[in-house]
Amino acid sequence: MTDARQRLDHMISEARRGRMNRREFIGRSTALGLSAGTAAALFGHAALAQEPKKGGTLRAGISGGESTNSLDPGLALSPVPYVANSQWGETMVSMTPDGQVDMRLVDDISASADSKVWTFRVRQGVTFSNGAPVTAEDIVATFKRHTDEAAQSGALGVVKGITEMKAEGDKVELTLDSGSADLPVLLTDYHLVIQPGGGFDNPNAGIGAGPYILDTFEPGVRYTMKRNPNYFDSSIAHADEIEILAINDNTARTAALQAGQVHMINRVDPKIFELLQGAPGIQVRRVPGRGHYIFIMHCDKAPFDNNDLRMALKYGVNRQEMVDKILGGLGSLGNDFPINAAYPLFDDSFPQREYDAAKAKEYYEKSGHDGSPIILRTAPGAFPGAVDAANLFAASANAAGIPLQVQLEPDDGYWSNVWNVEPFCASYWGGRPVQDQMYSTAYLSTAEWNDTRFKNAKFDEVLIAARAELDQTKRKAQYSEMAAMVRDEGGLILPMFNDYVAGVSDKVGGWFDDPNGEMMSGRALSQCWLV
Amino acid sequence: MHPIVKLLVQRIALGLLLLLAVSAVIFLGVEALPGDTAQAILGQSATPQALENLRAQLGLSDPPLTRYFNWLGGILTGDLGKALTNGADIAASIKPRLANTLFLAGCAAVIAVPLAILLGLVAARYAGKWPDKVISGITLSTISLPEFVVGYIVMYIFGVKMGWFSPTAMTFPGMSFWDRLHAVALPVIVLVLVVLAHMMRMTRAAILNVMQSAYIETAELKGVTPMNIIWKHALPNAIAPVVAVVMLNLAYLVVGVVVVEVVFSYNALGQYLVDHVTKRDLPVVQAVGLIFAGVYILLNMLADVIGIIANPRLRHPK
Repeated sequence: MTDARQRLDHMISEARRGRMNRREFIGRSTALGLSAGTAAALFGHAALAQEPKKGGTLRAGISGGESTNSLDPGLALSPVPYVANSQWGETMVSMTPDGQVDMRLVDDISASADSKVWTFRVRQGVTFSNGAPVTAEDIVATFKRHTDEAAQSGALGVVKGITEMKAEGDKVELTLDSGSADLPVLLTDYHLVIQPGGGFDNPNAGIGAGPYILDTFEPGVRYTMKRNPNYFDSSIAHADEIEILAINDNTARTAALQAGQVHMINRVDPKIFELLQGAPGIQVRRVPGRGHYIFIMHCDKAPFDNNDLRMALKYGVNRQEMVDKILGGLGSLGNDFPINAAYPLFDDSFPQREYDAAKAKEYYEKSGHDGSPIILRTAPGAFPGAVDAANLFAASANAAGIPLQVQLEPDDGYWSNVWNVEPFCASYWGGRPVQDQMYSTAYLSTAEWNDTRFKNAKFDEVLIAARAELDQTKRKAQYSEMAAMVRDEGGLILPMFNDYVAGVSDKVGGWFDDPNGEMMSGRALSQCWLV
Repeated sequence: MHPIVKLLVQRIALGLLLLLAVSAVIFLGVEALPGDTAQAILGQSATPQALENLRAQLGLSDPPLTRYFNWLGGILTGDLGKALTNGADIAASIKPRLANTLFLAGCAAVIAVPLAILLGLVAARYAGKWPDKVISGITLSTISLPEFVVGYIVMYIFGVKMGWFSPTAMTFPGMSFWDRLHAVALPVIVLVLVVLAHMMRMTRAAILNVMQSAYIETAELKGVTPMNIIWKHALPNAIAPVVAVVMLNLAYLVVGVVVVEVVFSYNALGQYLVDHVTKRDLPVVQAVGLIFAGVYILLNMLADVIGIIANPRLRHPK
């Protein structure tokens, strides 16, 4: 009991310092035997003490910024523009850490019964940093710009299913080609920053309705911003000024955090995770994300057109070893379907698939493969550690009698010559906000990026049905059915999901873990404060 | 015409011709790379249709010869074109970065060149004795470590442990001169350590070589002090090889410090080049390549010119 008491005290102090969010706190204290009600009350009490402080300059050192970056939200790909655009820009809706839709530029969402027609009511009194009010027309124009192929927006896949967009007074009405219960979630995509006039006249203007106003922008070097005095939500944007420094070198980024030059960094190198945890004044925060590292087989090409061979390979990979050695323990085991606990409606009842040499051998023999080498293509850029991972895979598969052979490919042209072309290679997915989008992007028979050539009519049928299903219990069952199909028949070998790992100085308050994306889903600088 | 002027004109003409040849080589080299900008930009999301659209949009479908002459014409009029990746004007992007590169190189050179020559003189004066051994030992060990290792060591000691300088050398427009100096202190230390040995050893060797001459012996017999012999008689005669090595190192400070720039997140040409090489942004790669080649050719030409002027036989023809 004293042990539990101590742990509870510790948790309360953590909550007080803003290091634990409500959900985490209640989860852990109920595990200690407290009722959920008591836990919630306790958290409220503890959290009262962590009043956000206003003022100061909050700085982040972010890896993944290039001098080729621009301010066009549609073109943002790497972490620096992602984090920066989330500060000066605002999306119509965003995601809360527990997977709910958070209304930002709209304050009401409604859907028709078949979830084909969606109506959003625009929040009144919100202005862009140039002083103009945010209107329904701006929102529609933004979506229209992202629909244009020439804009090369990363959100094209999200908006292209919208057949009709209408702005009427303070209402935005979107009509879809087929019903989707997930539309608000899909529109949280970070590319869909609402711009005045949709950004048609100048997508690089950097004018948005976010918590901060862009001051200076040097591509691949630095962004500085000032607090937006007219921002509609007074509960965030605590620092007077924020600064984002692009520091791509792992050692330099870590040194900058240790020396206090920056208050938070992303992508802590797994190799130094342990060391940094022991460093004074610094906390290392990891949160399981949706990104995953994979090996993909084309289900329609020999020898991978034989499900027994696919199963043999699935049993021939040592997942624990990969998580330990490739991710340095900073990740979780994959189960051969692209969904994990970070997704809403995740089914955790599937047994964990493990390395089983005997079973792999049995499946391999059943497949009747002629014993010729099975070539697995990989490149250093397929994912961090992809070459080592492929070699580990080959070693464990060989031990089970499967003649797996690694072939090294150059990074140059890997995504055009190998991925989605060769029948078996290493790759990665960054994950999507909801299951439907993940499955629709890569597992639907007709998907352009169906990189496992998984073509299953039954699967497609369930996927389309689940899209418009508003009953969450039914929907969860449909997703479980789909997961089972991909897991037991698909061409996906998914050994691991990687964590987002951030380094945060003790001077920072208000940090919470958010599975939606790294750096608290890109919003750390406006959600945190300097203590 | 005075033979020196003739020589100089020849050298400069040769330099320009070389620059033209280099421009062709750069263009051809970039052409020969596998894949193209459109593929690099689209990456995993490249569909044949998107590739074709993007290529047409970027003007990659013109024949190479047309593109080469368009490019060359642009350079002569000061127009380096626009970056393919973000549409920024290349000349405007390069200007502040080139200034940063020259600032860092300049700071390092101001410290490294006099220090190296001085150390070289001292080492030559005490050749084979302990000062020579200490100087050679230290400079040779710093040159033997890769730059990024020296960088990390310096960063750890002066940035994290002592806290004297910030671990990343970021400079911004509007910073005062002293703030700038403070910001670049760590990369300057690294660069000085890296270039010191080469210049120091060359000075030492050139002086020792001259010290074998008969006129040095005469000076010794006259009773001139050793340091005076080196300063007044040996150094002027060793100037040509020393200048050649100094220029080589200056050129390295401008064009070869990519690794140091990346380690310290210093916003200069090297970092800019690396970013655009990985994105296959050919106009930028070509422009920066040409600037680097120009710097190299210019500094080498300068070394030649100084070598020529320092040679009395050329200065006073019969």
